[in-house]
Amino acid sequence: MPGTVYWEHFPHQADVGVRGLGETLEQAFEQAALAMTAAITDLDTVIPREALKISCSAPNVELLLAEWLNSLIFEMATRNMLFSRFEVHLEGNHLEANVRGEALDVARHHPAVEIKGATYTALKVGQQPDGRWLAQCVVDV
Amino acid sequence: MNPSLFERKSEYEWHIRPFGKMHVPGVIFASESLLREMDAKVYEQVTNVAMLPGIVGASWAMPDAHWGYGFAIGGVAAFDADAGGVVSAGGVGFDISCGVRTLHTGLKIDDIDAVKSRLADALYHTIPAGMGSTGAIRLEAAEMDAMLKGGARWAVERGYGTAADLERIEEGGCMQGADPMQVSEHARKRQRDEMGTLGSGNHYLEIQQVTDIYAPETAAAFGVQQGDIVVSIHCGSRGLGHQIGTEFLKRMVMAAPGLGIALPDRELACAPIASPLGQEYLGAMRAAINCALANRQILTHLTRTVFARTFDRLLPQACLPLLYDVSHNTCKVEEHKADGATKKLYVHRKGATRAFGPGHPDLPAVFRNAGQPVLIGGSMGTASYILAGTAQGMQLAYGSACHGAGRAMSRHQALRNWSGRKVVDDLEGHGILVRSPSMRGVAEEAPGAYKDVSAVVDAADQAGLARKVARVRPLICIKG
Repeated sequence: MPGTVYWEHFPHQADVGVRGLGETLEQAFEQAALAMTAAITDLDTVIPREALKISCSAPNVELLLAEWLNSLIFEMATRNMLFSRFEVHLEGNHLEANVRGEALDVARHHPAVEIKGATYTALKVGQQPDGRWLAQCVVDV
Repeated sequence: MNPSLFERKSEYEWHIRPFGKMHVPGVIFASESLLREMDAKVYEQVTNVAMLPGIVGASWAMPDAHWGYGFAIGGVAAFDADAGGVVSAGGVGFDISCGVRTLHTGLKIDDIDAVKSRLADALYHTIPAGMGSTGAIRLEAAEMDAMLKGGARWAVERGYGTAADLERIEEGGCMQGADPMQVSEHARKRQRDEMGTLGSGNHYLEIQQVTDIYAPETAAAFGVQQGDIVVSIHCGSRGLGHQIGTEFLKRMVMAAPGLGIALPDRELACAPIASPLGQEYLGAMRAAINCALANRQILTHLTRTVFARTFDRLLPQACLPLLYDVSHNTCKVEEHKADGATKKLYVHRKGATRAFGPGHPDLPAVFRNAGQPVLIGGSMGTASYILAGTAQGMQLAYGSACHGAGRAMSRHQALRNWSGRKVVDDLEGHGILVRSPSMRGVAEEAPGAYKDVSAVVDAADQAGLARKVARVRPLICIKG
């Protein structure tokens, strides 16, 4: 049995579904971000040595998940970094996060794919019948 | 999918009669076995697209169709601006103008065999591939604008390739109507170091050998002979296109209620062509098309430098003239027949190739009689095909054909089935050298994770969308 806070990938024919589960919505967002990094490389290889702040907003919590992941994709692409630690704070539909990671090292991280964008396909954010929070969508690779 | 869901119009044409809010029929081109293997999501996505305002003709899906975002990958749909038609960021996709170009080399297999490993290494070291790779050209603001307006023409003016390349690229290498003002700072920032990079995922550069000729006359018009060595490059508009797709998807989803558009799926986010948002998207998307064309042009230049170094004794044969360059993820204004009249339509092709038939005025003189070359990339261990557009295809699906093999299984499943090292070793056993920064990436792209490209191409040929001209097999594959 998986714990109450975890991430996983779910299948999409051409791409990858990222899913985070947690006891809070924040945790679900953090886990979804871990799932996204894990689509690129082995999470254990990404040393959280540099910190960065991210903030974003959206009209609703589902679009906010896409916005959060797209903000990370932008930072990964323009800073040439990978991230492995996420601390998310939500206030309504506004997100503030502290993220940690390091510069991409191809020889060590062997990135399998580069993520183009978080999509609205299979985009779902909400509380499960068991009380846990789920945050998921398909990312285009 | 169950064939009984469809009305079978011919051996390769399956119709969904309009129901509910559908304005036009859904049409899937496929053999019965390809149709049976298709994901049920394709049916849903084809019918959803048929509900969008101003759609004309039908909501089509090509034989390689699979579950995409909003549109099926392999989806084609045309919209009439005068009938309230829309332009959809989801209908173009994230990797705007992702496409394939093929270069002649004038070389034969013996020339390659003599230097194969060295050539593979030289290409791998020269072509930036994979996440985090950067190009040698850094574009600052003014030059970025010139690139976004000029496309491959900009690249040629900067010394990447020759003027002769341009007539063998759709739109003469320069998409008109690009509006760099609509390209955000974020999109520019993502592109700054990515000019002349291959990307990752299913993108590749391959050295290939022509193994079969099916239509000798057309092959001759294309300059393709049995045994020829060619180079094919598959990549797109890189970070800039991805960021434009991301930003406009969000803006269109947020604007839809105010524009009175009920979206059957958020990913179908669209705006009326005749709206400020629709026009802004078209301006940005066309700039991204130019970015993709410029990118493939720079990669072509890099490939030529490698060949010139490697085959110095064989020059000038190894100057690698361009056969043709096609784009897959686009929305273009084209004239087609609808309701008995010729209309200007906004044709979306999402994971589908433009395939203009003989006589089309947009084709360069050299292909006017033969039809447009249609370049279909396979998976890395199998084959790719060169087809030609047909007159029949112009009627069937507004001059559109398939774009590749299409995935048969998820990356997740592929990782469970194969190890990258073994894929590379197996392919080497078959004479195919793979060079990639990521063995996991190779496993995810394993040949077995894709549909049989030959079945897809046969279906396109039999349906009449495009005619088979030649088959090529890979010898060297540089994978991002």
